[in-house]
Amino acid sequence: MSTPSQTVGPYLSIGLPWPDGPTVVEEGTPGAVWIRGVITDGAGARVPDAMIETWQADPDGRFDHPDDPRGARPGFRGFGRCPTNDDGEYGILTLLPGALPGEASHINVSVFARGLLHRVVTRIYFPDNAADPVLASVPADRRGTLIATRTEDGYRFDVRLQGEGETVFFDV
Amino acid sequence: MTAHTSSSESGLILPRYRRDPEGTHPPLDSLGYKSTGLRHPQQPLVLLPHKLTEITGPLLGPGRIGELDNDLTRQHPQEPQGQRIIVHGRLLDGDGRPVPNSLIEIWQANAGGRYKHMWDNWPCPVDPYFDGVGRTLTDSEGRYEFTTIKPGAYPWKNHDNAWRPAHIHFSVFGMAFTQRLVTQMYFPDDPLFFQDPIFNSVPDEKARQRMVSSFDMSRTVPEWALAFEFDIVLRGREATPFENEEDEDE
Repeated sequence: MSTPSQTVGPYLSIGLPWPDGPTVVEEGTPGAVWIRGVITDGAGARVPDAMIETWQADPDGRFDHPDDPRGARPGFRGFGRCPTNDDGEYGILTLLPGALPGEASHINVSVFARGLLHRVVTRIYFPDNAADPVLASVPADRRGTLIATRTEDGYRFDVRLQGEGETVFFDV
Repeated sequence: MTAHTSSSESGLILPRYRRDPEGTHPPLDSLGYKSTGLRHPQQPLVLLPHKLTEITGPLLGPGRIGELDNDLTRQHPQEPQGQRIIVHGRLLDGDGRPVPNSLIEIWQANAGGRYKHMWDNWPCPVDPYFDGVGRTLTDSEGRYEFTTIKPGAYPWKNHDNAWRPAHIHFSVFGMAFTQRLVTQMYFPDDPLFFQDPIFNSVPDEKARQRMVSSFDMSRTVPEWALAFEFDIVLRGREATPFENEEDEDE
């Protein structure tokens, strides 16, 4: 009975971006990292009319949400939103999430764009993660698409919507 | 907590969200809509179990809504051109429960069918008094209401003489990451439905009709505004917890 999904279309940027969308935490927050990347299509072209959203736990692995059975931990927005620029780039300033019970530290990512009739969902993992059941469920030769790489001011996580090196997307 | 829960291997009791039946949402690869061609993933999606990150989600809104954000006709010194309409409805989950205090964002073209976006340059005037952007929070019963103008249809280059039916873009969060939804609200009996590959990308006819608002005489305002009703239904919580599916997810 759910309402069907439809594309955000080419003009999402009039309605969805917020001035503070990309900053999950304020600039200058101790320990904050920039997660940056490029979204590309099946021809390798950069996608200038996409938007990514991130959702993650706080550094202790907790959520400000009533359904976290360990109790809501207020104070950390956990949500980031950034449209891509003309060069297909995005950037999110955040704190690294803590590990969760039975799961390695990760950030959930939704990608919206013209040409995507439904969001696609992926996950950002970090290079020093060891074991994770979701990562283990992904074919070994594709796991690397889910692991961010270290940069000077944080991490890099590119999204390839299609083709060689296609990012692993999840059925939520 | 609700009764709709399941145990995870970590011993935490988590609510679960039902996955939507096949045909509810458009396939990512939809031949008629050309922009899907180079943008849809070709590898199979990997099943993501519903754990803490999926059953929680951003609860945004309070502090993000300005006084006139739900009235798109009063955001400038003068009123925009076009047919004034009230768009209202409820945000519900798949079991009919209201989703309260939840952020709804909309964006749309003006009465002539033009968006206030630098890339939209088809020959139809921009309305200086219409931004086409609104936000609101659902109330305690999941209700929302916008005042706006009816958007126009507009041409696009998908195929020869292609026109998008009039629509308003809706973005909703619900309570959990699993419920996040972006959709489009259409108007009843639009003659352009038959040739629109985005509307028709939804395989199931009944599901398509859930994107079409209904004219609501009871909410029109005499000598002021017409009204349309549009309920948005998000995924419901799993009614029957069982460990087997959890095992399959792993």
